[in-house]
Amino acid sequence: MAKTMLHTVNKSPFDNGTLQTCLKFARQSSTVLLIEDGVYAAARDTTVSKQVQEAMKSTPICALKADVEARGMQDRVMDGVRLVDYEGFVDLVAQHKAVQSWV
Amino acid sequence: MSEENAGGVAKKFLYVNRKAPYGTIYALESLEVVLIGAAFEQDVSLAFLGDGVYQLVKGQNTKGLEVKNFSPTFGALEDYDVTKLYVEEEALQARGLSAADLVVPVEVVNARRMAEIMEDQDVILSF
Amino acid sequence: MKFSILVNEGPYTHEASDTAYQFVKAALAKGHEIYRIFFYHDGVNNGTRLTVPPQDDRNIVKRWSELAAQHKLDLVVCIAAAQRRGLMDKSEAKRNGKDADNIAPGFRISGLGQLIEAGIQADRLVVFGG
Repeated sequence: MAKTMLHTVNKSPFDNGTLQTCLKFARQSSTVLLIEDGVYAAARDTTVSKQVQEAMKSTPICALKADVEARGMQDRVMDGVRLVDYEGFVDLVAQHKAVQSWV
Repeated sequence: MSEENAGGVAKKFLYVNRKAPYGTIYALESLEVVLIGAAFEQDVSLAFLGDGVYQLVKGQNTKGLEVKNFSPTFGALEDYDVTKLYVEEEALQARGLSAADLVVPVEVVNARRMAEIMEDQDVILSF
Repeated sequence: MKFSILVNEGPYTHEASDTAYQFVKAALAKGHEIYRIFFYHDGVNNGTRLTVPPQDDRNIVKRWSELAAQHKLDLVVCIAAAQRRGLMDKSEAKRNGKDADNIAPGFRISGLGQLIEAGIQADRLVVFGG
């Protein structure tokens, strides 16, 4: 039975505090899916990479492949971030008890 | 049991408010959903995070803007049986505010408690 | 599983409508049911038939209409948000003394109760916003 929350973040982490806010409230064992401009948080060697890697120790982080590729970030995604397609997005929603979209 | 939810258990609906009032319409239109939603007798909570706490500040005077001041509507929520208003403690502190500055009684919660409340929900509406 | 979708932003300006559309298509491909797609805030602008996007770009309004026709989807535009933003169907235009209507095929105008109901009746509600 699905017990935890799926969080989506659609804002870039650099000019906007939404990712930080989401990570503050995402409970361990919930999942965070980066979509739209949110996928920039999946990139390595940025000022937020460390924070994201730290979060990944307790919270699975995924990124929407189409958004990563559209932004030319496909060769920069950190190890540990799972890329999903839209069907994978659908699966994530089905597997969690509810979705919290941080818009 | 209401017609709108005939035969079902009430779901936990959480309205997440993170935006300040007047700069954008999200605060006002989110409140409109809460008011309509109240008729459906679900288990409703409102969460105010980040700039969302500004929606509840006392003394809003919108005369100069020539826009409607909708903050009094928060006071009417009680009549709609919407009584669970949670305000993020850190958001208040960061903005130099306390519960006494707010237009309605609220429950001030820390991040951990807010996360628990959120995790407990069935339907989360963000605007 | 039954999904309900909330789209809070208009076409083109935000990616929300695109992401919602791709999500809905994927959900249908996986055999899920879409209970309702509700358009709120500027999201109501997904329902105007008067857009003429560039030929070499996706036609957001048209593809919502087409997807709805193909899969019998319920596309609902919030009446209050629509009135604020000037989205009308024939009966709303008549009721409000407007000289035109502009709603696209497959969309219907209704109240916020439809959003709440969509949350009650579906297994999951997903919000796409700005």
